[in-house]
Amino acid sequence: MNWTALVVFMIFFLFVTVLGFVSAKWRRGDLDRLDEWGLAGRRFGTIVTWFLLGGDLYTAYTFIAVPALMYAKGGIGFFAVPYTIIIYPFVFMVMPRLWSVAKKHNYITASDFVKGRYGSSTLALLVAITGILATMPYIALQLVGMQAVFDGMGLSGDWPLIIAFLILAVYTYNSGLRAPASIAIVKDLMIYVTIIVAVIYIPYKLGGFGPIFDAATAKHHAAALLPSNNFAVYSTLSLGSALALFLYPHSLTGIFSSSSREVIKRNTALLPAYSFVLGLLALLGYMAIAAGIDTKDGNAAIPQLILKMFPDWFTGFAFAAIAIGALVPAAIMSIAAANLFTRNIYKEYINKNCTEKQEARMAKMVSLVVKVGALAFIFLFARQDAINLQLLGGVWILQTLPAVIVGLYTNWFNKWALILGWVASMVTGTWMAAYMHFGNSFKLPFGIGGGTMIYIGLYALVINFVVSIVLTWLFNAINLKNGKDETVAADYQ
Amino acid sequence: MPNEQKDKKASWLWYLLLLIPFIATLWPPFYAGAEPTLAGMPYFYWYQFLWVIISAVLTAVVYFATKQK
Repeated sequence: MNWTALVVFMIFFLFVTVLGFVSAKWRRGDLDRLDEWGLAGRRFGTIVTWFLLGGDLYTAYTFIAVPALMYAKGGIGFFAVPYTIIIYPFVFMVMPRLWSVAKKHNYITASDFVKGRYGSSTLALLVAITGILATMPYIALQLVGMQAVFDGMGLSGDWPLIIAFLILAVYTYNSGLRAPASIAIVKDLMIYVTIIVAVIYIPYKLGGFGPIFDAATAKHHAAALLPSNNFAVYSTLSLGSALALFLYPHSLTGIFSSSSREVIKRNTALLPAYSFVLGLLALLGYMAIAAGIDTKDGNAAIPQLILKMFPDWFTGFAFAAIAIGALVPAAIMSIAAANLFTRNIYKEYINKNCTEKQEARMAKMVSLVVKVGALAFIFLFARQDAINLQLLGGVWILQTLPAVIVGLYTNWFNKWALILGWVASMVTGTWMAAYMHFGNSFKLPFGIGGGTMIYIGLYALVINFVVSIVLTWLFNAINLKNGKDETVAADYQ
Repeated sequence: MPNEQKDKKASWLWYLLLLIPFIATLWPPFYAGAEPTLAGMPYFYWYQFLWVIISAVLTAVVYFATKQK
């Protein structure tokens, strides 16, 4: 047991716990309303949104898994960087439109928008279910990230994880989105300090970047860079992941809670600061190789590197940064899933005439259930199951792109065509992933490119588009009625 | 009216700048090599770090250029 590290860790953990409860009073609003509890009243300005989205998108699991991939597989793990480069130009172009239409019609979820745009509660239900399914394993993975630092401190057993998650569940219930937003500020600052110290101090101890890359080359050989047979996987993974990221409910919560479309646009120029840090963080995987860390469990590589290189008090600080890095996204994800369930399943199918207060109460309860579910999942199933499901979740959430993103520009698609396109791509995408034993890529058909592999999510998306387009033509030809669009062009400006 | 339309067209051209990062980062043959290294870091890595910065700057340029007055 590393006592110094543990004490420092506990101090920071207690601090954010108090902060989580107190933040209910921050920019006070009526927490019995869903847009106050779940979106903090859409009042977050540029700076809070920057911290919130940074805390939301760059999760504890990212901090553990990205360097772990570099440590275990080499340069392919760096795809996280082009992925996070191209997200922001994409968000700049697309998301202000979603913000505007959501503000105009009081949409709280992507599914609300889909229902309004296509007049189809079936399509909206599918989008909601996809969002919830994709989010659950993501929350479970935050627990995996947290477990990695608990293991590093020598805290064994399940109870630290259970306690941490119960505390999180209670203050999220109490304070809604305000809790992760205020904690995100602490978390992001701690992460910046940790990474900046790490990428200056560790290379200094190891003799600069030259020896670090030499050690990586000695281990990975050609894979320390990007061999040409990995080009297609690398770029399709980057593109597919980038297109998927802002379809996840927790990312959209960050968009909806912004106070204006200008806030979103400004953030796309400011959020790349996190991408830069993510690149540095990825290199910690190579630093672990150079520092002689030898482990079969890639997730242990970074905690072990931190333990080996830093004095105990800084280890405690760095571990706290990672653990708090799990709390923020886990809270936002559970809120987002709760919003989806409440708006698009409970209110739509179970209690049509529910009051605002009942709606908010249901969301709070669901946020608890979601977290307990994630906790149960980690204990009942293998860690690898959560990782596999998270990979599938990425493939799945991408299949809502035609309805949500294309829907921001046109209502040309027939709602039934979109539904069938979704079904076709979900089935084929899931099949491909399972067939590859939960690998992330699949061969192109008919021997194109001599067996070039591309990212499964993107593959399924192409199938989705083909089915949706062909069937829309067909349905238009037989004059099948489309749903009623409650939005007009001006709503998107 | 014609003036407004002209403005709109001009702002669309600015948006084209946002396509540049996609081309620069989604085509690995541009950067998959080791040379030249920068402070011990292979080209593959520092090229992508550089594009984090360039694309942020491009986004900022488009933001200011298309900002509604």
